[in-house]
Amino acid sequence: MNREFTADLKKRIEEITARYPSRQAALLPVLHLVQSETGFLSAEEERAVASILGLPPIKVREVVTFYTMFTRKPLGRFHLQVCSNLSCSLADGERILRHLQAKLGIGAGETTPDGKYTLTEVECLGACEQAPCMMVNFDYHGNLDPEKVDRILEELK
Amino acid sequence: METKVLTKGFELDHLFRIGVYLDQGGYRAVKKALTEWKPEQVLDEVKKANLRGRGGAGFPAGLKWSFVPQKTDKAKYLCVNADEGEPGTFKDRYIMAHDPHLLIEGIILAAYAVGIHTAYIYIRGEYELIARRLEGAIGDAYAKGYLGKNILGVGFDLDLYVHRGAGAYICGEETGLLESLEGKRGNPRLKPPFPASVGLFQSPTVINNVETLANVPFIVLNGAAWFLERGSPKDGGTRIFGVSGAVNKPGIYELPVGTSLREIIFDHAGGLKPGRTLKAVIPGGMSSPVFKADEVDVKMDCDCVAAAGSMLGSGAIIVIDDRTPILDVLSKVAKFYAHESCGQCTPCRLGTSWIHKIVKRMAAGKGRADDVDGLIRLSANIKGRTLCPLGDAAALPVLAIAKKFKAELQTALKGSA
Ligand SMILES: Cc1cc2nc3c(=O)[nH]c(=O)nc-3n(C[C@H](O)[C@H](O)[C@H](O)COP(=O)(O)O)c2cc1C
Ligand code: SF4
Ligand code: FES
Repeated sequence: MNREFTADLKKRIEEITARYPSRQAALLPVLHLVQSETGFLSAEEERAVASILGLPPIKVREVVTFYTMFTRKPLGRFHLQVCSNLSCSLADGERILRHLQAKLGIGAGETTPDGKYTLTEVECLGACEQAPCMMVNFDYHGNLDPEKVDRILEELK
Repeated sequence: METKVLTKGFELDHLFRIGVYLDQGGYRAVKKALTEWKPEQVLDEVKKANLRGRGGAGFPAGLKWSFVPQKTDKAKYLCVNADEGEPGTFKDRYIMAHDPHLLIEGIILAAYAVGIHTAYIYIRGEYELIARRLEGAIGDAYAKGYLGKNILGVGFDLDLYVHRGAGAYICGEETGLLESLEGKRGNPRLKPPFPASVGLFQSPTVINNVETLANVPFIVLNGAAWFLERGSPKDGGTRIFGVSGAVNKPGIYELPVGTSLREIIFDHAGGLKPGRTLKAVIPGGMSSPVFKADEVDVKMDCDCVAAAGSMLGSGAIIVIDDRTPILDVLSKVAKFYAHESCGQCTPCRLGTSWIHKIVKRMAAGKGRADDVDGLIRLSANIKGRTLCPLGDAAALPVLAIAKKFKAELQTALKGSA
């Protein structure tokens, strides 16, 4: 089965490709765009992206599997990415991860059965002055402690 | 002397809006250079200013620009490295969030100096909201005629685009970045050829860090002598040091290049938390070899830190206190590089995963008597034997920790035996 992108999406993809002398260079931005529309990149989306950019599907697969921000399975509505790198761990960032695991009843890399949360342990987020920190979708939250994490989750309801 | 140059306007609200930026005298450097100076003059002034790269390697920016051939029938490109993946580093985020037009001005000046008409800002994917702010600022700069065709009516064209990464530390390495921008895996390229001759889309390319470029408008406005006065003779200007870890006041501190590490930790960042003492410091991001507490009387310029056996890197200072077991630090370092090695060359791929395996068993209390020596041997064997500098970046911090804290690591081993 082949997926067809909507006319609007096709137009936005062409806007992106116009920035580069090669269509392949648009691959990362186009994958970001498609993923933001569909939630994840299935084999169908990979094939559709390959076809619109004129690439062999394997080139798309190689890229999707190389970069951690591309996901081949659906994520929860709220993606919680908790930093476990050095500066955050010096501020007891492990406590944040443990707290979330206990509270949500899932391990790192898992999604709650209701599809609401995905929990991921990540490397440095570039916000070490606010250690320990995490991202919820594209929002940064820093200087965390378990109480603050609870308040943040409360507001996501 | 006022030491804040780049961060001076950060307290202003809405500096990211072009109106506010212009009220503050913004785009004056672009006006001056494009209407009064030839491109070579911009290049010469930056060369004289001894502006060293703020991204990691400390290479002189003017010299790098001069390697790009002036006459070529290919397009030339500028890639701005906003990947900011080096653990401990967060300074470029501040520049882009607070003062995106300062970066844009620096980009225009670099492009003018080298004769470049297309530039890309490669920004780490997690900085999505900042990427949107940059895109807004770029749109405003086009609207006011600072980007696009025939800028300020002088016949110079420049297009600028934001390009989002997608979560891979290796794409901060300059040739990994080029591969990634071309829509491929971020596998670094063999050098030579260097990007100045064969870079993005096989064309001559300049790659500079965000903070490096943000300095250029001040050099154009105030001159190389002014810039040198603010730093070290061979390493001009200020640096935005990012301090994190066990200090009272983590954050960014813009200070003259050459400020002592001790002063940064104890005066500016407020010293260590009550009841704690200094154990070790990572002076320039996770890739830089660790200093022990008695090694912090070092001037933070590229050459002095190198002479002391480490590197200034991205200026990211991570402070470690006496209560942190050094094995914890080693575990983070080992895990990070094992995860981020792109796997192209054997010493790095196998070396980083063996190091990680040994450190994991040490942390699990199952270390063997010769494990610390094993780490020293392994990391020494990676050093200098890899395609890109990530190999060294992984090996040198492990080597430094294993050598400088051998006694503590040995005790940890005995405790677990
Ligand atoms: C593994 C690795 C990761 C790097 N990550 C970054 C980065 O995130 N940002 C950056 O500006 N430079 C990074 N660098 C340094 C770049 O390769 C390059 O030297 C720099 O962008 C050049 O700009 P500059 O001369 O203005 O510093 C990294 C280098 C290596 C080896
Ligand atoms: S040194 Fe490591 S990261 Fe660099 S190319 Fe080799 S395997 Fe890849
Ligand atoms: S170490 Fe957690 S954000 Fe940098």
